[in-house]
Amino acid sequence: MPDLIAKSALAGHAAALTLGDTTLAEAPMTTITSIAPFPNKGKAVDAALKPLGLEFPAPNTASSKDGARLLWTGRQQAFLIGTAAPDMGDAAAVTDQSDGWVILTLSGPLARDTLARLVPLDLRDAAFPVGTTTRSGLNHMALILTRTGDAAYEIMTFRSMARTAWHELAEALETQAARLDQLA
Amino acid sequence: MRLTCPLCGERDRREFYYYGSDDYLNRPSEGAAPDAWDDYLHLRTNPAGITHDLWYHDMGCSSWLRVTRNTVTHEIHAVEAIAAPKASARGAAK
Amino acid sequence: MRIEGRGQIDRTKPVRFSFDGRDYTGFKGDILASALLANGVKLVGRSFKYHRPRGILTAGSEEPNAMVEILEGNQQTPNTRATVQELYDGLKARSQNRFPALSFDVMGVNDLAAPFLSAGFYYKTFMWPRPFWEKLYEPIIRRAAGLGRLSGKHDEGHYEKAWAFCDILVIGAGPTGLMAALTAARAGADVILADEDARMGGRLLADLTGVDGKSGPDWVESVLAELRALPNVRLMSRTSVTGAYDDGTFGALERVSLHRSPAPHLPRECFWRIVAGQTVLAAGALERPLAFPDNDRPGIMLAGAVRAYLNRYGVAAGKRVTLIANNDAARLTARQLMAAGVKVAAILDTRPDASAVEECPVYLGSTITATRGRLGLSGVTVAHAAGTATIETDCLAMSGGWNPTVHLTCHLNGRPVWREDIAAFVPAPNAVPRLTPAGACNGAFSTAACLAEGADAARKALAALGRTAPPMAAPKAEDAPYTLTPFWQTPDVKGRQWLDFANDVTTKDVRLSAQENFASVEHMKRYTTQGMAPDQGKNSNVGALAVLADATGRGIPQTGTTTFRPPYTPVSIAAMGAGGRGAGFAPQRFLTSDQASRDRGAPMIEAGLWYRPSYFPKPHEKTWREACDREVLMVRASVGVADVSTLGKIDIQGRDAARFLDLVYTNTFSTLPTGRVRYGLMLREDGHVLDDGTTARLGENHYLMTTTTAAAGLVMRHLDFVHQAFCADWDVRFISVTETWAQFAIAGPKARDLLATLGTMPDLPFMGVAPVTLGSVNARLFRISFSGEQGYELAVPTRYGEALFRDLVARAETMGGGPYGMEALNVLRIEKGFITHAEIHGRTTAFDIGMEKMVSAKKDCIGKAAAARPGMTGPDREQLVGLKPLSDAAITAGAHLFTPGDQVKRENDQGYVTSVGYSPVLNAWLGLGFLKNGRARHGERIRLVDHLRGIDLLCEVTDPVFHDKEGVKLRA
Repeated sequence: MPDLIAKSALAGHAAALTLGDTTLAEAPMTTITSIAPFPNKGKAVDAALKPLGLEFPAPNTASSKDGARLLWTGRQQAFLIGTAAPDMGDAAAVTDQSDGWVILTLSGPLARDTLARLVPLDLRDAAFPVGTTTRSGLNHMALILTRTGDAAYEIMTFRSMARTAWHELAEALETQAARLDQLA
Repeated sequence: MRLTCPLCGERDRREFYYYGSDDYLNRPSEGAAPDAWDDYLHLRTNPAGITHDLWYHDMGCSSWLRVTRNTVTHEIHAVEAIAAPKASARGAAK
Repeated sequence: MRIEGRGQIDRTKPVRFSFDGRDYTGFKGDILASALLANGVKLVGRSFKYHRPRGILTAGSEEPNAMVEILEGNQQTPNTRATVQELYDGLKARSQNRFPALSFDVMGVNDLAAPFLSAGFYYKTFMWPRPFWEKLYEPIIRRAAGLGRLSGKHDEGHYEKAWAFCDILVIGAGPTGLMAALTAARAGADVILADEDARMGGRLLADLTGVDGKSGPDWVESVLAELRALPNVRLMSRTSVTGAYDDGTFGALERVSLHRSPAPHLPRECFWRIVAGQTVLAAGALERPLAFPDNDRPGIMLAGAVRAYLNRYGVAAGKRVTLIANNDAARLTARQLMAAGVKVAAILDTRPDASAVEECPVYLGSTITATRGRLGLSGVTVAHAAGTATIETDCLAMSGGWNPTVHLTCHLNGRPVWREDIAAFVPAPNAVPRLTPAGACNGAFSTAACLAEGADAARKALAALGRTAPPMAAPKAEDAPYTLTPFWQTPDVKGRQWLDFANDVTTKDVRLSAQENFASVEHMKRYTTQGMAPDQGKNSNVGALAVLADATGRGIPQTGTTTFRPPYTPVSIAAMGAGGRGAGFAPQRFLTSDQASRDRGAPMIEAGLWYRPSYFPKPHEKTWREACDREVLMVRASVGVADVSTLGKIDIQGRDAARFLDLVYTNTFSTLPTGRVRYGLMLREDGHVLDDGTTARLGENHYLMTTTTAAAGLVMRHLDFVHQAFCADWDVRFISVTETWAQFAIAGPKARDLLATLGTMPDLPFMGVAPVTLGSVNARLFRISFSGEQGYELAVPTRYGEALFRDLVARAETMGGGPYGMEALNVLRIEKGFITHAEIHGRTTAFDIGMEKMVSAKKDCIGKAAAARPGMTGPDREQLVGLKPLSDAAITAGAHLFTPGDQVKRENDQGYVTSVGYSPVLNAWLGLGFLKNGRARHGERIRLVDHLRGIDLLCEVTDPVFHDKEGVKLRA
């Protein structure tokens, strides 16, 4: 019987990086489940989600309650994070995504400028308020971006690309810190 | 170039994949005459002016979109989801 | 020469720099050009074609002459404008396009040969004899051509790309732009104010024009102080907006740290994509030179530049300055110079009717008929209304009027409009959607008019955004009328009158072009190369087309301009490609087994974005072949373990999942029992094979599709299209789970024995699937084989991938097995005749690969109709075959096949080789390929020719399956 040890995407590859009071880190592994409602099953989906205090989110938004979050992640799809999926019956396709993604957190005063190097999104407050979740690209990589706080973001990309994502974010953060230090 | 995805909002062109004319939506039925298939697969107009073409929101919500635009002025007139043009903002879920 | 008490430089901070190896000192706030002039250096470069000595013409980014190399080790930057480069301590600059020295350049001989090097010379001369072009002419021309040089080393400089968004983008921070930004900012709009200069203020800094009772620089500082304090304003100095693109997108180049020596992580430049709701273009205007004989000598400058050097940098451009102009600009220059104590020799006004009242000699109705001074101006000869004069002078300031900087308004195909009253082009109305030109770039030249237009443009932009501008009083400033009398060239004189200083184009070249019928402005440009130098004709376009209009008898508006395209100023490739070097070129995808493979010394090869182990060398093995052969034999004899996680995996659910699979696959999946796996073939709608792979039925309404590694993204996009276009209302949902599972092939006669050591495993039939548990981990076991041996694939959640790989390899090794890499995997599948995208490369049909029977006759599927078209099947098609050389020699993929006895030429081509490998089982090279009517030709001999690698040998045509044709081992 093999004794299988779980490893996060960046275990042994990257430690948290703090520059200019801004920190890039890998979030702990968690449970991620895709919930994709079938046609005309919106009510049944919401009913199944109700015990969690969640509802299926509109595009670019998230629903959250007590550490459980449901992020809109695309057409007819949302990711339930931080809790096991409830029984959806035949209301929605339910697919485990826990190991498919790396979750990085970036928080601090340089976070937005760092993201502006890699993400082609309007991140101004009016266009991207706290709580926004959307799909886009982190340079060439698929991205789910959530603004978790005033200067805090959660960055999800494919697990196999975690090292590239880290490298590019770290380099962009280093650049912003250098601009701050050298050009002020 | 920027396209306004009905689900995601206004986005830069790099998030999208271009496919071709929206003729691809009019798939002939099984057993249609060879001419119909030839037309469907190969015959395209190349207008100076309004075109309707298909784009995929690849680095986005995965919607296939029908874009109405002007090849002369570069104006974008409409961007609609091919699956559910009348769907609510919550997609086809409701 | 520095003038005490003038300029806005910091004289308490001297800055040391060198030019062509000589050390000089300037001050903080200097640009290289001002520091050179202050040190009396006038000769700074050589022209492109004739290598004529050239000095500094302008004080901005439009400079055609003063281009130098900036030396920073491996970051040597050629073609840097000395008029843009800020001075910093330790700056090393070098002149370019000269050999051996700037003051003595052997290529200057071109200038003596000028009568033979006229416009169109290259086209006329280097045409014949034809073979001479490649061997002789081109190498010589190439050696002579080009301006600055790169270091030849890898540029270690750091560059950056970034996005910015705003409500209102203001391009240019002169009086117009500052007023626009202030108006927009006070209304609460998000404003980006971008200016190419290090300091904002534009001509207010250069001319000292007062605003609201303050000096120009003081008013600028008061506005900037207010803007800096506002959270909704982003000031971007050193940032040239280089291009206008669709839908409010602009490109801009920020010179982040070119004004200092490099520092770690600090980018040299940043290329910005700015997306703006509305834009105010306040790009200003560029002064025009005048055409007269030998008007290109060092010391001949634009009048506005002479004022800028005096007022901003405290530098007199000469000791004894002469001015020539067709407008009043020369008068302001002369007065400011005299006020600063600089001797003004004379004012030459081309207008016969202008005022002659100045505190220096004024010659009306003047033309310059000759200039003197080999490496720097020493005098001019003047013909004027009252006679002629010879004037000793070391600096001639000229002004031919001003051209509004309309460039960005032309980037979306707008054509500028000629305005007779100012003899210049102005932007066409609505040339760029949501962009309003204002101020000098719109043909308004007085400071008061600029301030008013800036505020108006901002109000218009605010209104379009639904915002209201706050009430603001218009600042007071000079409002002098701008009057000029066009003067395009000096009539009836000998000598060359230069138009394009950078590319050495004269008025005569333009006339010759018209005479030889290259009379359209676009033809003239290409015939003479006018406007094709780094300044892109900023100094010469209007002058050249005026000469062309004169030569052809058409008016200037009828002659029109050439097309201005992005970028407005040069953008370094390094900035555009920022982040794309090394690891930034493409994402790297790593397997969970990556470290374990590297620990075993496996070289990694790229498979798409993935890195996969090529082979696992043993210490005694000297070549990859030895390792590969051993791994193949190991799998055939005992058991091998390979990471196959790169295959695309798509989870498909719903009541209509089966129906959906029947539509996208040629064969039927609705009939597949739960717990079983089926091989499927997917076509494009045009009938060619898109992809293949196995799909497992995990439950009544639950399938797991696998795709090839190469086509995983493609298949996902295809499924999305078929679903959304043709059956959006079906009860089917799918999502990629490629990354969710780490999957390992366990292949070989001892595969089942290995599995048995992991715990209780289900007894799966061939092509079966079942959930299993490994301790507490939920896993999936498939009985599928890509090797032709008894084979399983075991999938676990990715977090356990590395642990499982190490565990499986260790178990295999106790049984005489071990890991195998891509090379062995490839040989194993070739021995079995299994195809990959080497075979299904986009031009093959189901018929070609021998799978036409997999296209179900009982149902429709994507590609079915087209696959049945004439020409898609039949003996003329190249069909998949096996190839076995008759000798021991190696064969190559890419080789072509010919019938023995036929001449080797395209018309006789019978097919080609797609995959090859050496089979240690059969002790032979094996190939897969496509051969015309190949299935009917098994046993024939075919000639394999690879011209590139010098291979020409005979092969036997065989069935593509070389090993275990009956599949006994597979099902064992």
